[in-house]
Amino acid sequence: MGTETGSSRVKRGLAEMLKGGVIMDVVTPEQARIAEDAGAVAVMALERVPADIRAQGGVARMSDPDLIEAIIAEVSIPVMAKARIGHFVEAQVLQALDVDYIDESEVLSPADYVNHIDKWAFNTPFVCGATNLGEALRRINEGAAMIRSKGEAGTGDVSEATKHIRKITSEINMLRSMTKDELYVAAKELQAPYDLVVEVAETGALPVVLFTAGGVATPADAAMMMQLGADGVFVGSGIFKSGNPQARAAAVVKATTFYDDPSVIAEVSRGLGEAMVGINVGDLAAPHRLAERGW
Amino acid sequence: MTTTLRSGSAGAGHEDGGGPRVGVLALQGDFREHARVLAGLGARVSLVRRPEELAAVDGLVIPGGESTVMDKLSRTFGLADPLKSAISEGLPVYGTCAGLIMLADTLLDAIPDQQSLGGLDVVVRRNAFGSQNQSFETELDVPALGAEPVHAVFIRGPVVESVGPGATPLAALADGRVVAVEQEHLIGTSFHPEITGEYRFHAYFLDKVRSRA
Repeated sequence: MGTETGSSRVKRGLAEMLKGGVIMDVVTPEQARIAEDAGAVAVMALERVPADIRAQGGVARMSDPDLIEAIIAEVSIPVMAKARIGHFVEAQVLQALDVDYIDESEVLSPADYVNHIDKWAFNTPFVCGATNLGEALRRINEGAAMIRSKGEAGTGDVSEATKHIRKITSEINMLRSMTKDELYVAAKELQAPYDLVVEVAETGALPVVLFTAGGVATPADAAMMMQLGADGVFVGSGIFKSGNPQARAAAVVKATTFYDDPSVIAEVSRGLGEAMVGINVGDLAAPHRLAERGW
Repeated sequence: MTTTLRSGSAGAGHEDGGGPRVGVLALQGDFREHARVLAGLGARVSLVRRPEELAAVDGLVIPGGESTVMDKLSRTFGLADPLKSAISEGLPVYGTCAGLIMLADTLLDAIPDQQSLGGLDVVVRRNAFGSQNQSFETELDVPALGAEPVHAVFIRGPVVESVGPGATPLAALADGRVVAVEQEHLIGTSFHPEITGEYRFHAYFLDKVRSRA
């Protein structure tokens, strides 16, 4: 009759409880309070939102522990924080700070261009980004307990988020239609572990929760991601770079719950003030596309 | 994750009208996992987000998720008052984790302005074990469900800090903290049977629904 922490079921279980919800980027305890009051299911504690990382350039790293602790102290909902891709010591620090989820994130500058973090080595669960099914399964194989499609963070342009969630769901549908002998080649082509490919083919879903991120800026954006099959959404710069963060945050939460009811989405979209200005992904030079970080 | 239930739709495969009509509150959280367990036990399952959907069920499950979000949305969309009325009129309700918080008469460590629906004569503390690093799974004895222990997963779970005269504990941790309670037509658990393949709590709940319907 043992008691076990940090098991896969416990790690993946928290993501299950976040489903149907909105996870918001916050850079101060005051923003975290606004997010919780607006109905966020969790917050991502950051020093700079992706739009500012993009504007200011330079190396983006894990946030100051004081900031993360201040945000943990402010809210009662789960607090996530980002580590650089491959930076297992930043992840160790975040675990020591007792964050609820670690995001191994392409929004920060990668610390290792070959290896991702061995996420099985941690008690704290990880969420990782993916642009396609193979990438998602490689992260799950490394121990990720939740996946978010990447989109293009900090742009307010939802087109990449659409592309990535559609890609992942269409590849899942393709696996479902395959015979057993075709799955060997499918695993090779996806560059994903065979056992995980078989599991997805049998269940028709990832073995972990799938959220969407990157460029979500309006209630309709969030509802569209839900209709495309996301279990929930991350909103980064879209809320606190907009004209009225309180109202927009609450509206995105409502639109995520009533994602299939256009009358509710219309109602909550009224009078929100300006959305974040945004950048069209097509105008970004390739080196500035964050979704291409991680492999 | 593949269940395609929409709000108000009937559970697949039970068009014969035999099973009890059970709703799952679908504002946020793991409502599809509950819907799957209930449908597997023969219930006609629908998702509930609106007052008229609540009016069409003989029992309700409040899933795991964030209690602060469920509280806010249930009040914003006019569901909180009909829920309170239904509970006081005897609607059978089973709440897991956030659902237990929603059913508690008194909350500790709630956020400012957070309200519960009430019904269970208990005091419940949110996030009683701490952060996700303290989330755990364990075996629990639940005498009401038989000799076989329940495998229980606690995810940033609440505990019942005190049980009033109206409510009865169903299970406690080794240190004595109460994590499952019952009061006439209401059941609350700190943990999540819906994600472990454990169906006995739902079956026990469906007995209450059938005896009232």
